[in-house]
Amino acid sequence: MSIYIRSAASVSAQHTLNSNSFLADPVSYTGTRLPAIEPDYKKYIDPKAIRRMSHVIKMGIAAAQECLITGGVEMPGAIVTGTAYGCLDDTHTFLSRIIEMEEEMLPPTAFIQSTHNTVGSQVALMLKCHAYNNTFVHKGASFENALLDGMMLLMEQEADNILVGGIDEMNDASFTVLTRLGVYKRQPVNSLNLYNLPSKGTIGGEGASFAMLTDKASPDNMAELVALKTVFKPTQPVSELVSTFLAKQGLAAADIDVIITGRNGDTHYDAIYDFVPGMFANSIIANYKHLCGEYPTASAFGMWFAANIIKERSVPAIAVQRKASDEGRGPGKVLLYNHYQNVYHSFMLFSAC
Amino acid sequence: MGLLVYIAGVGVISAIGSNVAENLQAFENEQAGLGDITQMTTRHKGSLPVGEVKLDNDYLAEVTGMSVETSRTKLLSFVAAREALTDSGVENIPGLRIGFVSANTVGGMDKSEAFFDEFVRDSRKGKLRKVFDHECGSVTEVVANKLGITDYISTINTACSSSANAVFFGARLIKNDILDVVVAGGADALTKFTLNGFNTLMILDKNFCKPFDEHREGLNLGEGAGYVVLVSDKVAAQLNKPMYCKLSGYNNSNDAYHQTASSPEGTGSFMAMQGALNRAGLQPADIDYINLHGTGTPNNDSAEGTAVKRLFGEGHPAMSSTKSFTGHTLGASGGIEAVYSVLAIKHGLIYPNLRFKTPMQGLELIPQEHLSKGKNIQHVLSNSFGFGGNCTSLIFSAC
Repeated sequence: MSIYIRSAASVSAQHTLNSNSFLADPVSYTGTRLPAIEPDYKKYIDPKAIRRMSHVIKMGIAAAQECLITGGVEMPGAIVTGTAYGCLDDTHTFLSRIIEMEEEMLPPTAFIQSTHNTVGSQVALMLKCHAYNNTFVHKGASFENALLDGMMLLMEQEADNILVGGIDEMNDASFTVLTRLGVYKRQPVNSLNLYNLPSKGTIGGEGASFAMLTDKASPDNMAELVALKTVFKPTQPVSELVSTFLAKQGLAAADIDVIITGRNGDTHYDAIYDFVPGMFANSIIANYKHLCGEYPTASAFGMWFAANIIKERSVPAIAVQRKASDEGRGPGKVLLYNHYQNVYHSFMLFSAC
Repeated sequence: MGLLVYIAGVGVISAIGSNVAENLQAFENEQAGLGDITQMTTRHKGSLPVGEVKLDNDYLAEVTGMSVETSRTKLLSFVAAREALTDSGVENIPGLRIGFVSANTVGGMDKSEAFFDEFVRDSRKGKLRKVFDHECGSVTEVVANKLGITDYISTINTACSSSANAVFFGARLIKNDILDVVVAGGADALTKFTLNGFNTLMILDKNFCKPFDEHREGLNLGEGAGYVVLVSDKVAAQLNKPMYCKLSGYNNSNDAYHQTASSPEGTGSFMAMQGALNRAGLQPADIDYINLHGTGTPNNDSAEGTAVKRLFGEGHPAMSSTKSFTGHTLGASGGIEAVYSVLAIKHGLIYPNLRFKTPMQGLELIPQEHLSKGKNIQHVLSNSFGFGGNCTSLIFSAC
């Protein structure tokens, strides 16, 4: 069976939703925090409902709806989401009120919307979709878990048109806590210049990216999702894991036209990607986290990015770290290699349909 | 694709006992684990009864060898997962691909609450190690490390149906030949966050809950953890012991009605139960016992009861809500109740639904009132429904 990405949509720190250009006018940020660009939510959500919804729910619904619209699918066969932090802002609000109001006279809204499955269930509610609905909340593998679930549903022939997404938000409290934990850089940087000023720490991001998976071939499909592999705390060199992953698909490093890495500007963690230029000597090397920032489900943006590279048959200039040795080579096979804090590693292989 | 997934081991910790034997003894004694809050500092102490695990963090840290600074959810998770893994005997077989799929709803919230107590007043304050493991996935990651499981780990959070979905997803990882063994279930400790959250929704009973009773007034929150060890048919053949039972059916459907309330007809519940029966190739009459979601809230029980009535008709199977013993353990409930369902088959038990007096008007459903032993139980249906309309049903069948 082949699995295809019929459509993909993303709300991110770039103009990615409903945009005519593929990252042709990248937005730069100065600091260590990349907020998502808020789309016009009225296109996707009843204006009365918008006011009650938190940032993460709105981002999630907008990306999911746009994915359905561009995929031409009214009712998905399943909805699977991944989110490490869930509805962080509502959780923070309710938690703060418990403390400030000493457990009295608390309004319920923030609690109601704090559960991690809120985005997936709100999409189901809007569509009146009774189908399979699941939410994975496993740190830097949340989106990969969700994607695996979606792929298995297709393999099991349980459903078609599986809506799979990765969503995470950042708020002031989480930015402060993660900064104190040393996740982000101590000095502000220009985001588009991230890789030229290596130092400890990364830049934080947020966003919502969805894909529609199908097993039906169509000229309208964006790309084929050939394989996915996640590895928890690897005990052997990653280059060997990549080779094994590619070999299972009958491929070698030389067959890969574009290798996308999850480089995030943190010298400590980026060293893990150092094998890439040598191993993929002829491939285009591209990065994406200077565009969307680092967050546990940033690989969902990576998937959106990879699928669009194949669809558009080009890699946006802003994302290219190294050009291919053979300039005429099109992006037929794209490998996305991401790791989150060297604990969760994932490989996703995409191919032109 | 492998066809059958067996249950090779079980482990549980709840308000009625810190292992399988103690839980069974409490059912035998018809002794609920509900009572006043003792482990948590809260304004609601003494006014809202809960199903607490009767062991403090110092004790749990000592028996698990984990830090007392760690989230109680991790301590509970490890106790039950360790029991299940040891019970299964899979560790004696080398070379198996073993996964850990664990659910919880609020991660290390008990410790985050302590952090935020200082942080809300001054964002430079609060000990970072208290918030470091806030994420749901951290609970699973720490416990997986301690269990020595590295092949695949995952965390699911679909509110109160979370761990039923973990069992379901674990079985599919085996059927898709990604893993040979999955320790699947979930854990949740009582927190101020969830206690106050459910309290704002005005669905907590100030007395002990009365699931499926006409005069029910809400749920009691509980805490604990429950895990089953799922194995492929190949592993089952290698294990030199009888399997408890098999997981024959499962379904996840969405009510798509409201963020927190169930539809009056119980659409999602009905679809989940019907879908699980279809998967198992069974008729409603084949089910010998239903372990109800049965929280004790007016809304859940009437929706679930309506769906049960519609699916099973007049002659409904024996049914009960074991939440009348444990309270509603949220992300742990699907795992704990999966363990009870498995034990019902193994020991021929139908658990009582404590404090039931009057059937719900218009439904006339009579749950089991006292423990019934020595039954021939072939098929058990276990329901878990959650916020966001997430409805999941599992069916366990004798081998």
